[in-house]
Amino acid sequence: MTSHATALHDTHAHDHEHHDSGASTQLGFWLYLMTDCILFASAFAAYAVLFGNVNGGVAGKEIFELKYVLVETFALLFSSITYGFAMISGHKGSKAGLLGWLAVTFLFGAVFIGMELHEFGTLIAEGHGPDKSAFLSGFFALVGMHGLHVTAGLIWMAVMMLEVIKTGLTGRAMTRLNCLSMFWHFLDIVWICVFTVVYLKGAI
Amino acid sequence: MSQAHDHAASHGSVKSYLTGFVLSVILTVIPFWLVMNGNLNPHDTLLTIAGFAVVQILVHLKYFLHLDFTTEGRVNTLAFLFTALVIVLLVGLSVWIIFSADALMMP
Repeated sequence: MTSHATALHDTHAHDHEHHDSGASTQLGFWLYLMTDCILFASAFAAYAVLFGNVNGGVAGKEIFELKYVLVETFALLFSSITYGFAMISGHKGSKAGLLGWLAVTFLFGAVFIGMELHEFGTLIAEGHGPDKSAFLSGFFALVGMHGLHVTAGLIWMAVMMLEVIKTGLTGRAMTRLNCLSMFWHFLDIVWICVFTVVYLKGAI
Repeated sequence: MSQAHDHAASHGSVKSYLTGFVLSVILTVIPFWLVMNGNLNPHDTLLTIAGFAVVQILVHLKYFLHLDFTTEGRVNTLAFLFTALVIVLLVGLSVWIIFSADALMMP
């Protein structure tokens, strides 16, 4: 415990040099995420309004497979905790630990996106594309927007892994990893709303 | 020691992440199980899964995003609370207005 506390104290002293720009960067990024929240809220409002307008086509109940969505949910949830472990390794100064956990996180995120693409592909192949009804437009817009965010997060994560491999755990890299951490956990929160409002409510 | 403790609190520890994870698993599995079984009537099911979602969001905010009311974290928390207010107004009023308009327009 003593060595743990000392290690934390050391990183803290190290952080302090970059504290000013790092802290304001992270606050700025958090404020951006709040505006992103409002963007998602608009998509949720549109989906809630359009939900019943199936234009004679399929309703949510007929196309949602809850077991599949549960696996997707767990992929994202596992990626959240492994990202947390990556940050803990990073704050302890363990470059290998950080990179390892980031790779695991990337893998879970990629599984999630792969499953989502498969779901979209199956729906479109069965003739339930976004052009069939207002409900399906709202569904693809909302779930697709979340998927695009996760994809952006994956690209960012790959770039951060390269940066850490090349330049090590600099203060700048840790600030960026902290921002990505907020982004990643934020996307998991949006997913809670997606699986509740879209999939669970749709399947009731 | 107190400084180290503050630091661990703002970035999370293995224990806090695991706590958040276990709570999230429980708060995810129960609503899925409720809907898949379909034992409850639709109205009660909807209210229950909405409740579980709200609690899980709070769990994520506390254990994964480390929102709190310490001097360091207060600004983030206040920004979030304000955004939550905007979202409630945006979604709630939009849905209310559009469904009311729809009801009035129906022949």
